[in-house]
Amino acid sequence: MNSTVIGMIIGMAVVTYIPRLLPFVLFKGKEMPFFLQGVLKNIPYATLGALIFPGVLLIQDDITYGLLGAAAAILIAYFGANVIVVVLGAIAVLSVYSIFIPL
Amino acid sequence: MAVTALEGEAPQFRQGLQSGVSIAIGYAPVALTYGLLAKTTGLTMTETVLMSLIVFAGASQYIALNLLALGTGAFEIILTTFIVNIRHFLMSTALNEKSYEEDGLLKKATYSFGLTDETFSVAATKPGTVTAGYMFGLILMAYSSWVICSGLGHLFGASLPKTLQESMSVALYAMFIGLLAPSMKGAKKVIYLAVVAACFNSVFTVTEAMSSGWSIVLSTLISSFIIEFIEYTKRKKGGSSGE
Repeated sequence: MNSTVIGMIIGMAVVTYIPRLLPFVLFKGKEMPFFLQGVLKNIPYATLGALIFPGVLLIQDDITYGLLGAAAAILIAYFGANVIVVVLGAIAVLSVYSIFIPL
Repeated sequence: MAVTALEGEAPQFRQGLQSGVSIAIGYAPVALTYGLLAKTTGLTMTETVLMSLIVFAGASQYIALNLLALGTGAFEIILTTFIVNIRHFLMSTALNEKSYEEDGLLKKATYSFGLTDETFSVAATKPGTVTAGYMFGLILMAYSSWVICSGLGHLFGASLPKTLQESMSVALYAMFIGLLAPSMKGAKKVIYLAVVAACFNSVFTVTEAMSSGWSIVLSTLISSFIIEFIEYTKRKKGGSSGE
């Protein structure tokens, strides 16, 4: 086993845990100003927007692949389906697509 | 209060496990591919699984493999990991606001280890407060899938059909869409927040202005601030203009 790689992995673990942990320690029991509370409540939805685009369009070289997957997910989600159904549905649509149009 | 909390513990955990199923499905192909790539990069089974066990952060594990293959030094890889994962600071701050107050710091510090884009998105879009029991269930489900599938990927990743591997790459994005869509219904603010952040992130990505980690942090912050500021000013002007 390569000890440099193990050391690197431990280092990665430490620097990944710190930003996850710190806010719980720093802001423990602190009441945030009203405006900042509003901003923090916005973060989940803004994060989701940034996580989806443009990433979903870039999953394959062929941009229509990502577009189709996103469109399928949006459509299924629009009809109020459970998240699992949305995930499986998008996979199914893309499986069918790649059978007909090989990448 | 305390009694309700105690009684609520087990169902909370089970509810967390259930909410974690979609993440577990989404993680499976990503972790399988990670395991396969780790093998091709020359990592042993132990190193591959260890990274998933103690780092538990998809994007940075992929990037680490990429950099290893390029012959990059350990320090640079650790630094890049830090930059990629700094966005979790923002997510933890937001989740801290939503967390159940009676859960002590020890519990919160424990579940903060399991905060990823996905566990955060599920917990943060859940109505009401987030208890430690719920977080433990949610994370246990996601984490198990991540670690087990990393090992499986190292073992037999190469034998998965290519078409399936490819179509499953959409899984996590589909999950994000599935989480966002119900919140968008009837809430213009949620739509604006997501769209503005998506636009900024797209511009930053296309122009290659910064690394993807910073790009997500900045576009999230800009969008959250702008939209809150607009709402705040509208509300100040009086109820007639703000809907």
